[in-house]
Amino acid sequence: MTEKVFTKEEWTKALKGLSDAYRVFVPVKDGDFHVFKPLDEGKRPDFDFQNTRLSPKSTVYPRSERMFEYTVDENDPEANTLTESEKDYSPQAIVGIRPCDAHAFQIVKLNFDNPEYRDPWWVQHFESTTLVGLGCNEPSSTCFCTQVGGGPFNEKGLDALFYDLEESYLVRGLTEKGEEFLKKVKGGTEADDAEKKKAEELALSAPKKIDVRVPTDKLKEKVQTELFEAPFWEDVAFACLNCGTCTYLCPTCWCFDIQDEVLDKEGDRIRNWDSCMFPLFTLHGSGHNPRDKKVQRVRQRFMHKLKYYVDKYGDGVQCSGCGRCVRYCPVNIDIRQVCELMNNYG
Amino acid sequence: MMLEYTEKIRKTAKKLLEDGKVDVFIGYKKGSVAMMNEPVLITNPDHVDLLYWDSNCGLNLCNYLTGRTDRVGIVANGCNSRNIVTHIVENQIKRDQLYIVGIPCKGMIDHRAVQRAVKQREILEINEEGDGFTVKGMGFEETFEKKNYLQGNCAVCTHRNPVEYDEMIAEPVEEQEGVEAYRDVEKIEEMEPGKKWGFFTRLIERCIRCYACRNACPLCYCPTCFVDESQPQWVGKSSDPTDTMTFHLLRAYHCAGRCTDCGACERVCPMGISMRQFTKKLNKDSLDLFSWEAGLTLDQRPPLDVYRPDDYNDFIK
Repeated sequence: MTEKVFTKEEWTKALKGLSDAYRVFVPVKDGDFHVFKPLDEGKRPDFDFQNTRLSPKSTVYPRSERMFEYTVDENDPEANTLTESEKDYSPQAIVGIRPCDAHAFQIVKLNFDNPEYRDPWWVQHFESTTLVGLGCNEPSSTCFCTQVGGGPFNEKGLDALFYDLEESYLVRGLTEKGEEFLKKVKGGTEADDAEKKKAEELALSAPKKIDVRVPTDKLKEKVQTELFEAPFWEDVAFACLNCGTCTYLCPTCWCFDIQDEVLDKEGDRIRNWDSCMFPLFTLHGSGHNPRDKKVQRVRQRFMHKLKYYVDKYGDGVQCSGCGRCVRYCPVNIDIRQVCELMNNYG
Repeated sequence: MMLEYTEKIRKTAKKLLEDGKVDVFIGYKKGSVAMMNEPVLITNPDHVDLLYWDSNCGLNLCNYLTGRTDRVGIVANGCNSRNIVTHIVENQIKRDQLYIVGIPCKGMIDHRAVQRAVKQREILEINEEGDGFTVKGMGFEETFEKKNYLQGNCAVCTHRNPVEYDEMIAEPVEEQEGVEAYRDVEKIEEMEPGKKWGFFTRLIERCIRCYACRNACPLCYCPTCFVDESQPQWVGKSSDPTDTMTFHLLRAYHCAGRCTDCGACERVCPMGISMRQFTKKLNKDSLDLFSWEAGLTLDQRPPLDVYRPDDYNDFIK
């Protein structure tokens, strides 16, 4: 296991040296907040952030992705035949991803890569990705990763993890992919015992800073239909605007919609992120909408994350506790409170 | 003052519910995150202590009136009351269904500006006192004057007092005089077309099409929004900038002569987009062309939904 220490300047410089091996994504400051951007766009990486406004899920699962191309020109022998669009599966590295967001990829993986179904594009993007995490010394007040199977220095789903030791970073390889990445990062020195100790102390103290309790222990034993009919949904849903903020910012929301766009005779088949908050999400071709009320849509979002997923995969909730939906919900609907309502119901 | 308002709102709501004057009461409850409050529907007079008011009530509660058939008590400051008027004029709710509890308003705090002022450190608590407020976080505490941290729309607001109400929670506040509400719009108007296009393109480049702006707006109550139409599909659903621009431009035009500049659209945007730059231009045009400000009276229809054969404009003849 490689454990190297880089001064902060060295680290940024070393990342720039990786451009032949990886498309490197880093957090950059964009106005009032941080987002992941390709390093070669020239913006300075800024690892002094709590979390990025948008999760890095789009690096593996783009907001809009062209799946197929086709022509509707009848004179073309290939008319109306779908051809798979070319995609870039060259290696990429997400450097500075928070452990909650890496955990989220593992949650999403159960949906996109399982014995029943394998999403070719998600899987190939994911397999070409190396996740280099940055542990959270100071989790924010809306973080609850420790309550949903993660932690500020949780290694689940990460290929490497780096620790902010104030003046320097200690970087640790966790998987083969991570070791491969570290081999390509130039510079650094072997971590000494004092540095390793400091890193361990950070990893031990950070989880204690998350003092919120979000109980999930009884979700599995609840009867789906009873939770579905619970009286609290009207109250939970009242303020909801049915916008897509929670679902689009969420690192574990995976739903998509497929659209055809045709210009003259040339067409693209595109898949776009979708949101269960939108009425269109469930609108049938017949005109019938089984979820035409706001309360039904709000209930669906929470039931999916905190009950259906729990029942289907038996691996915890579909939430990594990043807290984005808590912080950025325009009307302050708080999944932590809803989870408690559900867990304690009946 | 804010605590005083909260107490009075609770008392009023309790009385209204107990006396059976309203079936439900719509207000805010204190949020779980600093500088955020959550709209709440109270039906039980014993629950009125949930109600809360401070300078972080920047949504538009009129949004929650659309299509209601019961009798509703609702708190409304200047802009919210103007939207209620617009709702009544547009037949979305009946005046006699409503009991409007008027709130004289000195503006809402721009949470983004405060975040900037504390260098994006996390704010855990906010307390208002007099004309100032104090924010606290890990290892910092800073006090600010509210007037320097008002939401953009509140800073230029000239209708702080409700225009329509059944009772007022306090004496009216002084209206702002000599406000130059449209200087930003004038600056854009002066731009060359290319520069103007560039300005608006950059303005919305971060948009993720979550539609929070549309959904926070009480004016957007179409049963099916044009962006959600699928037969025909007017707008593409991918992240193509042309589609995103189409959404923003059409949304804004649909608000022409109806927007009260309540600022809810900007407040709710998760990406911090200043989409009021679209609606403000149309508000300015409404004022310049028709001497019209939306929602000030129940007795006149908005300029864009009336036709008069003797209209002085040439284009109509």
